[in-house]
Amino acid sequence: MSLLEMTGIRGGYGAGDDILKGIDLRVEAGEIVVVVGPNGAGKSTAMKAVFGMVNVREGRMIFDGMDIMRCRSDRLARLGISYVPQENNVFASMTVHENLEMGGFIRRDDFAGQLDRVYDIFPPLKEKRGARAGALSGGQRQMVAMGRALMLEPKLLLLDEPTAGLSPAFTDLIFEKIVEVNSAGVSILMVEQNAKQALGIAHRGYVLALGANRHEDTGANLLANREVADMFLGG
Amino acid sequence: MFLEIVQLTVYGIVLGSVISLGAIGLSLLYGILRFAHFAHGDVMTVGAYLALAGVAGLGLPMWAAFGLAVAGGVALAILIDQALYRRLRRTAPVILLISSVGVALILRSLVQFIWGPDTQVYTQELQMPMRLLDIKLKSTQLQIVAGTVALVVVLHLFLTRTRMGKAMRAMADNPDLARVVGIDTERVVVWTWAIGAALAVAAGIFLGMDTRLQPTMGWHVLLPVFAATILGGIGKPYGAIVGGMVVGIASELSTMVFPPVYKPAVAFALMVAMLLVRPTGLFGAPR
Repeated sequence: MSLLEMTGIRGGYGAGDDILKGIDLRVEAGEIVVVVGPNGAGKSTAMKAVFGMVNVREGRMIFDGMDIMRCRSDRLARLGISYVPQENNVFASMTVHENLEMGGFIRRDDFAGQLDRVYDIFPPLKEKRGARAGALSGGQRQMVAMGRALMLEPKLLLLDEPTAGLSPAFTDLIFEKIVEVNSAGVSILMVEQNAKQALGIAHRGYVLALGANRHEDTGANLLANREVADMFLGG
Repeated sequence: MFLEIVQLTVYGIVLGSVISLGAIGLSLLYGILRFAHFAHGDVMTVGAYLALAGVAGLGLPMWAAFGLAVAGGVALAILIDQALYRRLRRTAPVILLISSVGVALILRSLVQFIWGPDTQVYTQELQMPMRLLDIKLKSTQLQIVAGTVALVVVLHLFLTRTRMGKAMRAMADNPDLARVVGIDTERVVVWTWAIGAALAVAAGIFLGMDTRLQPTMGWHVLLPVFAATILGGIGKPYGAIVGGMVVGIASELSTMVFPPVYKPAVAFALMVAMLLVRPTGLFGAPR
């Protein structure tokens, strides 16, 4: 059984036009799955659909054996899905430490141990724990956002363009961290502009175009695919 | 001259305390709901009269009447929100704004209907001001400032130490992300009303202690309260405290030059100047 299985997803925002026109996506436990595609392909929308932020009109969505169609975000968080939006993904006026605490907001148990683990994964955050998240650099902010999402000890982490706007050095670092988080047992579904590097760390990848599936293969095979290379990887 | 400045500054701090308490609530409500609550001044009035009912009607000591009025004001604010504002939250902001003006009128009329239009006081006792190095200070004024400091400290601890306080700051900061982390936003809204109303009631009682009670007392300080909120950067409760003090002290100092009836105009002029120079307020992020 797959961890996440989406079949024939159609939907859009509010009463607007369908942006997703029958998308199939699957994440197996332990995988890194990368979704690439041109602008307007519906990549981010597909991810938001998982997190209950899209009006899904048709299709099936199963997470961990449970039907999660039209589930509210807070319930999905409880089921073990954490989402990191692309923009405005930290509480800018709150400290790094408070941001991580907010990540564990719905936990009723003691999450001090997970807090330590998050600081271990992202050592720079420990130094900056008292700093306001809004005052950090883009790369550090992304670490706060990922750290916050990990506070729930999710089974599935959704990352929407985690390296957008980051310097090459920070991009490399974030990709390293994604692999590190994944090897600790967290499955990852991510959307990336930086297709070459992202497919490089992916177990499997999807190429979306115009709100529908175009290709699905292992990361390595997609990287080797001529059409994919011509279309999305800049030759 | 120097003595007069110091004396007026002391009065300004007293007035600033009242304005700050009103402005904190207004700022919190704006931060959470993106809603300029025009009935806030009249919530202050209701609070002041509820305390009067406790003191004069039930013969309670002031501190007990204070608690009673806070409880009553909080219940009233939550009731109004659940019965009216909650239904309008998804409509255009201007509808919510105008409906709060309507609530303001209803509250004021109710106060006038129940307690009458005449000026009233908590106590008929004549208060002799203390003199400290030729600066006059009434004991009620000292109580107002001390009470405000205590309330601000409690608010600060609430916002920084408690789960709900942090959720409130998170939601004011980034409502979408607050939902993503699973915060129950409707519960935060109820708490915001409770705290905003409690502080407004305190402000109303303090205003009544310093001056007198009138059905229009809250409405008349609404403008300075808004000025303080905007001065401090709307949506920023800590900024509202500083904004309140600036407006209070500037208003009192202005009486050296202008007749006292122009105090609200001074507050308004400060607000306009701030909007021209730094639209996001003293503590707002520059855009």
